[in-house]
Amino acid sequence: MPHDDHQIPPTDRTLRVKALESLLVEKGLVDPAALDVLIDTYEHKIGPRNGARVVARAWVDAAYKERLLRDATAAIAELGYGGSQGEDMVVVENTPEIHNLVVCTLCSCYPWPVLGLPPVWYKSAPYRSRAVIDPRGVLREFGLELADDVEVRVWDSTAEVRYLVLPERPAGSERLNEEQLAAVITRDSMIGVAKVKLP
Amino acid sequence: MNGIHDMGGMHGMGPIEYEKDEPVFHHDWEARTYALSLALRLGGQFNLDAARNAIEQLPPADYLRMSYYEKWFIRLMNYAILNGAVTAAEMETGKPAPGSARAIPGLVADMVQGMIAGGASARRNVRIQPAFVAGQHVRARNMNPAGHTRLPRYARGKSGAIIRDHGVFVFPDTRAHFQGDKPQHVYSVRFDARELWGGDRNPRDAVYLDLWEDYLEPA
Repeated sequence: MPHDDHQIPPTDRTLRVKALESLLVEKGLVDPAALDVLIDTYEHKIGPRNGARVVARAWVDAAYKERLLRDATAAIAELGYGGSQGEDMVVVENTPEIHNLVVCTLCSCYPWPVLGLPPVWYKSAPYRSRAVIDPRGVLREFGLELADDVEVRVWDSTAEVRYLVLPERPAGSERLNEEQLAAVITRDSMIGVAKVKLP
Repeated sequence: MNGIHDMGGMHGMGPIEYEKDEPVFHHDWEARTYALSLALRLGGQFNLDAARNAIEQLPPADYLRMSYYEKWFIRLMNYAILNGAVTAAEMETGKPAPGSARAIPGLVADMVQGMIAGGASARRNVRIQPAFVAGQHVRARNMNPAGHTRLPRYARGKSGAIIRDHGVFVFPDTRAHFQGDKPQHVYSVRFDARELWGGDRNPRDAVYLDLWEDYLEPA
Protein backbone atom coordinates (compact mmCIF):
# COMPACT_ATOMS: atom_id res chain seq x y z
CA MET A 1 0.00 0.00 0.00
CA PRO A 2 1.62 3.28 -1.08
CA HIS A 3 1.90 5.65 1.81
CA ASP A 4 0.06 8.48 0.07
CA ASP A 5 -3.15 6.44 0.16
CA HIS A 6 -3.89 8.24 3.40
CA GLN A 7 -4.35 11.46 1.46
CA ILE A 8 -7.22 11.42 -0.99
CA PRO A 9 -7.61 14.61 -3.02
CA PRO A 10 -11.35 15.42 -3.01
CA THR A 11 -11.68 15.34 -6.80
CA ASP A 12 -10.29 11.82 -6.90
CA ARG A 13 -12.66 10.24 -4.40
CA THR A 14 -15.38 9.33 -6.87
CA LEU A 15 -12.89 7.91 -9.37
CA ARG A 16 -10.97 5.94 -6.75
CA VAL A 17 -14.08 4.37 -5.27
CA LYS A 18 -15.28 3.49 -8.80
CA ALA A 19 -11.90 1.91 -9.58
CA LEU A 20 -11.99 -0.17 -6.40
CA GLU A 21 -15.55 -1.23 -7.08
CA SER A 22 -14.77 -2.41 -10.61
CA LEU A 23 -11.72 -4.31 -9.38
CA LEU A 24 -13.78 -6.09 -6.71
CA VAL A 25 -16.53 -6.81 -9.25
CA GLU A 26 -14.05 -8.10 -11.85
CA LYS A 27 -12.50 -10.36 -9.26
CA GLY A 28 -15.96 -11.73 -8.49
CA LEU A 29 -15.87 -10.53 -4.88
CA VAL A 30 -18.97 -8.34 -5.04
CA ASP A 31 -22.18 -8.26 -7.05
CA PRO A 32 -22.87 -4.65 -8.15
CA ALA A 33 -26.62 -5.28 -8.06
CA ALA A 34 -26.31 -6.21 -4.38
CA LEU A 35 -24.67 -2.82 -3.75
CA ASP A 36 -27.65 -1.05 -5.33
CA VAL A 37 -30.06 -2.99 -3.11
CA LEU A 38 -28.02 -2.22 0.02
CA ILE A 39 -27.94 1.51 -0.73
CA ASP A 40 -31.65 1.65 -1.54
CA THR A 41 -32.44 -0.25 1.67
CA TYR A 42 -30.56 2.13 3.96
CA GLU A 43 -31.53 5.27 2.05
CA HIS A 44 -35.24 4.53 1.78
CA LYS A 45 -36.43 1.55 3.82
CA ILE A 46 -34.56 1.32 7.12
CA GLY A 47 -34.49 4.51 9.19
CA PRO A 48 -35.79 6.31 12.26
CA ARG A 49 -39.43 5.87 11.18
CA ASN A 50 -39.01 2.24 12.30
CA GLY A 51 -37.92 3.30 15.76
CA ALA A 52 -40.74 5.85 15.91
CA ARG A 53 -43.28 3.07 15.34
CA VAL A 54 -41.73 1.05 18.16
CA VAL A 55 -41.91 4.02 20.53
CA ALA A 56 -45.46 4.93 19.52
CA ARG A 57 -46.60 1.35 20.12
CA ALA A 58 -44.98 1.38 23.56
CA TRP A 59 -46.79 4.64 24.38
CA VAL A 60 -50.24 3.27 23.54
CA ASP A 61 -49.83 -0.36 24.61
CA ALA A 62 -48.63 -0.93 28.18
CA ALA A 63 -48.15 -4.67 27.68
CA TYR A 64 -45.98 -4.02 24.60
CA LYS A 65 -43.93 -1.48 26.53
CA GLU A 66 -43.37 -4.02 29.27
CA ARG A 67 -42.14 -6.58 26.70
CA LEU A 68 -39.98 -3.92 25.01
CA LEU A 69 -38.18 -3.04 28.24
CA ARG A 70 -37.78 -6.70 29.21
CA ASP A 71 -36.66 -8.14 25.84
CA ALA A 72 -36.22 -5.37 23.30
CA THR A 73 -34.93 -7.59 20.48
CA ALA A 74 -38.07 -9.76 20.56
CA ALA A 75 -40.49 -6.86 21.02
CA ILE A 76 -38.93 -4.91 18.14
CA ALA A 77 -39.13 -8.06 15.99
CA GLU A 78 -42.90 -8.12 16.65
CA LEU A 79 -43.10 -5.00 14.47
CA GLY A 80 -40.94 -6.64 11.81
CA TYR A 81 -37.62 -4.94 12.57
CA GLY A 82 -34.29 -6.51 13.43
CA GLY A 83 -31.12 -7.91 11.97
CA SER A 84 -27.83 -6.28 11.08
CA GLN A 85 -26.54 -4.00 13.87
CA GLY A 86 -29.63 -4.63 15.94
CA GLU A 87 -29.20 -8.32 16.66
CA ASP A 88 -29.13 -7.69 20.41
CA MET A 89 -31.18 -4.67 21.46
CA VAL A 90 -31.81 -2.96 24.78
CA VAL A 91 -34.39 -0.18 25.23
CA VAL A 92 -33.90 2.32 28.06
CA GLU A 93 -36.79 4.45 29.27
CA ASN A 94 -36.71 8.18 29.90
CA THR A 95 -38.83 9.36 32.83
CA PRO A 96 -39.16 12.65 34.70
CA GLU A 97 -36.39 11.35 37.02
CA ILE A 98 -34.03 9.61 34.56
CA HIS A 99 -32.63 10.78 31.23
CA ASN A 100 -30.78 8.32 28.98
CA LEU A 101 -28.27 9.22 26.29
CA VAL A 102 -26.56 6.84 23.82
CA VAL A 103 -23.05 7.18 22.40
CA CYS A 104 -20.29 5.04 20.95
CA THR A 105 -17.01 6.55 22.14
CA LEU A 106 -14.86 4.00 20.27
CA CYS A 107 -16.45 4.08 16.81
CA SER A 108 -20.00 4.51 15.52
CA CYS A 109 -22.17 1.70 16.94
CA TYR A 110 -25.84 2.55 16.41
CA PRO A 111 -29.09 0.53 16.21
CA TRP A 112 -29.50 0.34 12.42
CA PRO A 113 -32.81 -1.60 12.21
CA VAL A 114 -34.68 1.06 14.22
CA LEU A 115 -32.72 4.26 13.49
CA GLY A 116 -30.97 3.61 10.17
CA LEU A 117 -27.41 4.84 9.71
CA PRO A 118 -26.05 7.36 12.22
CA PRO A 119 -25.82 11.08 11.42
CA VAL A 120 -22.38 12.65 11.02
CA TRP A 121 -22.50 14.41 14.40
CA TYR A 122 -23.07 11.10 16.22
CA LYS A 123 -19.87 9.72 14.65
CA SER A 124 -17.90 12.91 15.19
CA ALA A 125 -15.08 13.55 17.66
CA PRO A 126 -16.92 16.34 19.55
CA TYR A 127 -19.91 14.13 20.43
CA ARG A 128 -17.94 10.94 21.08
CA SER A 129 -15.40 12.67 23.32
CA ARG A 130 -17.81 14.70 25.43
CA ALA A 131 -20.98 12.62 25.77
CA VAL A 132 -19.43 10.57 28.59
CA ILE A 133 -17.54 13.29 30.48
CA ASP A 134 -20.02 16.15 30.04
CA PRO A 135 -23.43 14.79 29.03
CA ARG A 136 -25.27 17.76 30.53
CA GLY A 137 -23.13 20.17 28.49
CA VAL A 138 -23.75 18.12 25.34
CA LEU A 139 -27.51 18.13 25.99
CA ARG A 140 -27.39 21.89 26.55
CA GLU A 141 -25.77 22.22 23.13
CA PHE A 142 -28.79 20.38 21.73
CA GLY A 143 -31.05 22.84 23.55
CA LEU A 144 -31.99 20.51 26.39
CA GLU A 145 -31.35 21.81 29.91
CA LEU A 146 -31.84 19.16 32.59
CA ALA A 147 -32.45 19.93 36.26
CA ASP A 148 -29.79 18.79 38.75
CA ASP A 149 -32.21 16.30 40.32
CA VAL A 150 -32.62 14.41 37.03
CA GLU A 151 -30.27 11.41 36.80
CA VAL A 152 -28.34 11.28 33.53
CA ARG A 153 -27.41 7.82 32.30
CA VAL A 154 -25.00 7.62 29.38
CA TRP A 155 -24.87 4.31 27.51
CA ASP A 156 -21.50 3.81 25.80
CA SER A 157 -22.04 1.11 23.14
CA THR A 158 -18.74 -0.65 23.74
CA ALA A 159 -19.98 -4.16 22.84
CA GLU A 160 -22.48 -5.62 20.33
CA VAL A 161 -25.59 -4.60 22.28
CA ARG A 162 -27.39 -1.68 20.62
CA TYR A 163 -29.43 0.88 22.56
CA LEU A 164 -32.64 2.73 21.78
CA VAL A 165 -34.05 5.39 24.08
CA LEU A 166 -37.77 5.26 24.81
CA PRO A 167 -38.52 8.99 25.16
CA GLU A 168 -41.19 10.42 27.42
CA ARG A 169 -44.60 10.82 25.86
CA PRO A 170 -45.23 14.57 25.64
CA ALA A 171 -48.01 16.15 27.70
CA GLY A 172 -51.03 17.02 25.61
CA SER A 173 -50.61 14.05 23.25
CA GLU A 174 -53.50 12.06 24.75
CA ARG A 175 -55.72 12.63 21.74
CA LEU A 176 -53.18 11.46 19.19
CA ASN A 177 -53.47 7.92 17.86
CA GLU A 178 -50.50 5.59 17.39
CA GLU A 179 -49.83 6.74 13.85
CA GLN A 180 -50.02 10.42 14.77
CA LEU A 181 -47.70 9.80 17.71
CA ALA A 182 -45.15 8.04 15.47
CA ALA A 183 -45.11 11.12 13.24
CA VAL A 184 -43.90 13.41 16.04
CA ILE A 185 -41.17 11.08 17.37
CA THR A 186 -37.73 12.20 16.21
CA ARG A 187 -34.47 10.34 15.67
CA ASP A 188 -32.75 12.63 18.18
CA SER A 189 -35.25 11.77 20.92
CA MET A 190 -34.43 8.07 20.44
CA ILE A 191 -30.69 8.75 20.78
CA GLY A 192 -31.48 10.78 23.88
CA VAL A 193 -30.31 14.24 22.79
CA ALA A 194 -33.82 15.69 22.61
CA LYS A 195 -37.30 15.34 24.04
CA VAL A 196 -40.37 14.71 21.92
CA LYS A 197 -42.35 17.90 21.39
CA LEU A 198 -45.74 18.40 19.82
CA PRO A 199 -45.62 20.61 16.73
CA MET B 1 -4.50 -0.01 21.49
CA ASN B 2 -4.33 3.39 23.12
CA GLY B 3 -5.38 5.06 19.89
CA ILE B 4 -7.02 8.30 18.87
CA HIS B 5 -10.29 6.38 18.26
CA ASP B 6 -10.65 5.94 22.04
CA MET B 7 -12.08 9.43 22.50
CA GLY B 8 -14.28 9.21 25.57
CA GLY B 9 -13.40 12.02 27.98
CA MET B 10 -11.14 14.03 25.68
CA HIS B 11 -11.39 17.81 25.58
CA GLY B 12 -10.78 20.26 22.77
CA MET B 13 -12.68 18.58 19.93
CA GLY B 14 -14.92 21.63 19.46
CA PRO B 15 -18.68 22.10 19.24
CA ILE B 16 -21.00 19.46 17.82
CA GLU B 17 -21.81 20.30 14.21
CA TYR B 18 -25.43 19.46 13.61
CA GLU B 19 -26.85 19.26 10.10
CA LYS B 20 -30.60 19.66 9.84
CA ASP B 21 -32.34 17.19 7.52
CA GLU B 22 -29.08 15.40 6.92
CA PRO B 23 -29.11 12.97 3.96
CA VAL B 24 -28.15 9.33 4.61
CA PHE B 25 -25.18 9.80 2.24
CA HIS B 26 -23.71 13.11 1.14
CA HIS B 27 -22.06 11.78 -2.02
CA ASP B 28 -22.50 8.79 -4.26
CA TRP B 29 -18.96 7.59 -3.46
CA GLU B 30 -19.91 7.42 0.23
CA ALA B 31 -22.89 5.21 -0.58
CA ARG B 32 -20.74 2.93 -2.77
CA THR B 33 -18.01 2.73 -0.10
CA TYR B 34 -20.60 1.85 2.53
CA ALA B 35 -22.24 -0.76 0.31
CA LEU B 36 -18.92 -2.35 -0.71
CA SER B 37 -17.92 -2.69 2.94
CA LEU B 38 -21.28 -4.07 3.99
CA ALA B 39 -21.44 -6.47 1.04
CA LEU B 40 -18.08 -7.95 2.04
CA ARG B 41 -19.16 -8.18 5.69
CA LEU B 42 -22.56 -9.76 4.98
CA GLY B 43 -20.84 -12.01 2.44
CA GLY B 44 -18.57 -13.28 5.18
CA GLN B 45 -15.34 -11.77 3.78
CA PHE B 46 -15.09 -9.06 6.44
CA ASN B 47 -14.69 -9.74 10.17
CA LEU B 48 -16.27 -6.81 12.03
CA ASP B 49 -13.71 -6.75 14.85
CA ALA B 50 -10.78 -6.88 12.43
CA ALA B 51 -12.50 -4.18 10.38
CA ARG B 52 -12.74 -1.91 13.43
CA ASN B 53 -9.12 -2.66 14.20
CA ALA B 54 -8.17 -1.69 10.63
CA ILE B 55 -9.70 1.79 11.17
CA GLU B 56 -7.77 2.10 14.44
CA GLN B 57 -4.51 1.54 12.55
CA LEU B 58 -4.85 4.87 10.71
CA PRO B 59 -2.28 7.45 11.81
CA PRO B 60 -3.95 9.71 14.43
CA ALA B 61 -3.65 12.89 12.36
CA ASP B 62 -5.34 11.15 9.41
CA TYR B 63 -8.03 9.72 11.67
CA LEU B 64 -8.97 13.19 12.86
CA ARG B 65 -8.74 14.88 9.47
CA MET B 66 -10.52 12.31 7.32
CA SER B 67 -14.29 12.10 7.01
CA TYR B 68 -16.06 8.95 8.18
CA TYR B 69 -16.40 7.34 4.76
CA GLU B 70 -12.89 8.37 3.73
CA LYS B 71 -11.74 6.21 6.64
CA TRP B 72 -14.02 3.43 5.45
CA PHE B 73 -12.55 3.65 1.95
CA ILE B 74 -8.95 3.39 3.15
CA ARG B 75 -9.99 0.56 5.43
CA LEU B 76 -11.67 -1.23 2.53
CA MET B 77 -8.45 -1.15 0.49
CA ASN B 78 -6.21 -2.14 3.39
CA TYR B 79 -8.57 -4.88 4.51
CA ALA B 80 -9.00 -6.36 1.04
CA ILE B 81 -5.23 -6.70 0.84
CA LEU B 82 -4.81 -7.94 4.41
CA ASN B 83 -7.51 -10.52 3.82
CA GLY B 84 -5.73 -11.77 0.71
CA ALA B 85 -8.78 -11.00 -1.44
CA VAL B 86 -6.84 -8.48 -3.52
CA THR B 87 -3.08 -8.19 -3.99
CA ALA B 88 -1.23 -4.90 -3.63
CA ALA B 89 -0.29 -5.17 -7.32
CA GLU B 90 -3.95 -5.52 -8.32
CA MET B 91 -4.82 -2.53 -6.18
CA GLU B 92 -2.09 -0.59 -7.96
CA THR B 93 -3.19 -1.50 -11.50
CA GLY B 94 -6.92 -1.75 -10.78
CA LYS B 95 -7.03 -5.03 -12.73
CA PRO B 96 -7.17 -8.66 -11.58
CA ALA B 97 -3.80 -10.39 -11.98
CA PRO B 98 -3.65 -12.27 -15.30
CA GLY B 99 -4.82 -15.83 -14.87
CA SER B 100 -6.09 -15.24 -11.30
CA ALA B 101 -9.13 -17.21 -10.19
CA ARG B 102 -12.49 -15.45 -10.20
CA ALA B 103 -14.34 -15.60 -6.88
CA ILE B 104 -18.07 -16.04 -6.38
CA PRO B 105 -19.64 -13.09 -4.53
CA GLY B 106 -20.63 -13.97 -0.95
CA LEU B 107 -23.62 -11.67 -1.33
CA VAL B 108 -25.81 -11.37 -4.41
CA ALA B 109 -28.74 -9.01 -4.83
CA ASP B 110 -31.55 -11.38 -3.98
CA MET B 111 -29.83 -12.41 -0.74
CA VAL B 112 -29.56 -8.86 0.62
CA GLN B 113 -32.89 -8.52 2.42
CA GLY B 114 -32.53 -11.91 4.07
CA MET B 115 -28.96 -11.25 5.17
CA ILE B 116 -29.86 -7.85 6.67
CA ALA B 117 -32.91 -9.27 8.43
CA GLY B 118 -30.98 -12.27 9.73
CA GLY B 119 -28.05 -10.21 10.94
CA ALA B 120 -24.88 -11.72 12.31
CA SER B 121 -25.10 -11.78 16.07
CA ALA B 122 -21.84 -11.91 17.99
CA ARG B 123 -23.76 -13.88 20.62
CA ARG B 124 -22.72 -17.51 21.06
CA ASN B 125 -25.10 -20.13 22.36
CA VAL B 126 -22.62 -21.85 24.61
CA ARG B 127 -23.11 -22.45 28.29
CA ILE B 128 -20.39 -20.77 30.31
CA GLN B 129 -20.58 -20.15 34.02
CA PRO B 130 -20.56 -16.37 34.57
CA ALA B 131 -17.88 -15.07 36.94
CA PHE B 132 -20.06 -12.15 38.06
CA VAL B 133 -23.68 -11.60 38.99
CA ALA B 134 -25.94 -8.56 38.90
CA GLY B 135 -25.34 -6.25 41.86
CA GLN B 136 -21.72 -7.31 42.27
CA HIS B 137 -19.02 -4.64 42.49
CA VAL B 138 -16.25 -4.96 39.94
CA ARG B 139 -13.25 -3.06 38.71
CA ALA B 140 -12.30 -2.62 35.08
CA ARG B 141 -8.77 -3.94 34.75
CA ASN B 142 -5.87 -1.60 34.29
CA MET B 143 -4.71 -3.01 30.98
CA ASN B 144 -3.12 -1.38 27.97
CA PRO B 145 -2.98 -3.91 25.14
CA ALA B 146 -1.24 -2.79 21.95
CA GLY B 147 -3.88 -4.71 19.98
CA HIS B 148 -7.62 -4.16 19.57
CA THR B 149 -9.77 -3.83 22.67
CA ARG B 150 -13.22 -2.49 23.53
CA LEU B 151 -12.33 -1.41 27.05
CA PRO B 152 -12.02 2.38 26.79
CA ARG B 153 -9.15 4.07 28.61
CA TYR B 154 -11.48 6.23 30.66
CA ALA B 155 -12.91 3.20 32.50
CA ARG B 156 -9.67 1.32 33.20
CA GLY B 157 -8.95 0.91 36.89
CA LYS B 158 -12.39 2.30 37.78
CA SER B 159 -14.98 0.56 39.93
CA GLY B 160 -18.60 -0.04 39.06
CA ALA B 161 -21.51 -2.38 39.60
CA ILE B 162 -22.81 -5.17 37.38
CA ILE B 163 -26.31 -4.24 36.24
CA ARG B 164 -27.07 -7.16 33.96
CA ASP B 165 -25.52 -10.13 32.25
CA HIS B 166 -26.08 -9.85 28.48
CA GLY B 167 -24.99 -13.45 27.88
CA VAL B 168 -22.05 -14.93 25.99
CA PHE B 169 -20.41 -13.10 23.06
CA VAL B 170 -17.27 -13.50 20.97
CA PHE B 171 -14.27 -11.61 22.34
CA PRO B 172 -13.13 -8.79 20.04
CA ASP B 173 -9.61 -8.62 21.48
CA THR B 174 -8.83 -12.04 19.99
CA ARG B 175 -11.23 -12.13 17.05
CA ALA B 176 -9.89 -8.85 15.64
CA HIS B 177 -6.51 -10.55 15.28
CA PHE B 178 -7.90 -13.85 13.93
CA GLN B 179 -6.95 -15.56 17.21
CA GLY B 180 -10.27 -17.22 17.85
CA ASP B 181 -13.66 -16.32 19.32
CA LYS B 182 -12.87 -16.85 23.03
CA PRO B 183 -16.60 -16.58 23.89
CA GLN B 184 -17.39 -15.10 27.31
CA HIS B 185 -20.03 -13.19 29.24
CA VAL B 186 -20.63 -9.51 28.54
CA TYR B 187 -22.01 -7.40 31.37
CA SER B 188 -23.63 -4.00 31.59
CA VAL B 189 -21.56 -2.17 34.21
CA ARG B 190 -22.62 1.09 35.83
CA PHE B 191 -19.86 3.55 36.74
CA ASP B 192 -20.74 6.64 38.75
CA ALA B 193 -19.76 9.85 36.99
CA ARG B 194 -17.78 10.83 40.12
CA GLU B 195 -15.77 7.61 39.99
CA LEU B 196 -14.87 8.26 36.36
CA TRP B 197 -14.44 12.02 36.31
CA GLY B 198 -14.04 13.30 39.86
CA GLY B 199 -16.00 14.73 42.71
CA ASP B 200 -17.39 17.81 40.99
CA ARG B 201 -19.78 15.74 38.87
CA ASN B 202 -23.47 15.40 39.61
CA PRO B 203 -23.69 12.52 42.14
CA ARG B 204 -26.74 11.10 40.34
CA ASP B 205 -25.05 10.71 36.94
CA ALA B 206 -23.54 7.51 35.60
CA VAL B 207 -22.02 5.94 32.51
CA TYR B 208 -22.92 2.38 31.53
CA LEU B 209 -20.47 0.26 29.56
CA ASP B 210 -20.87 -3.22 28.12
CA LEU B 211 -17.75 -5.10 29.18
CA TRP B 212 -16.43 -8.58 28.49
CA GLU B 213 -15.52 -10.72 31.48
CA ASP B 214 -11.79 -10.57 30.67
CA TYR B 215 -11.96 -6.80 31.24
CA LEU B 216 -13.21 -7.17 34.81
CA GLU B 217 -12.00 -8.21 38.23
CA PRO B 218 -13.80 -8.35 41.58
CA ALA B 219 -13.67 -5.01 43.43
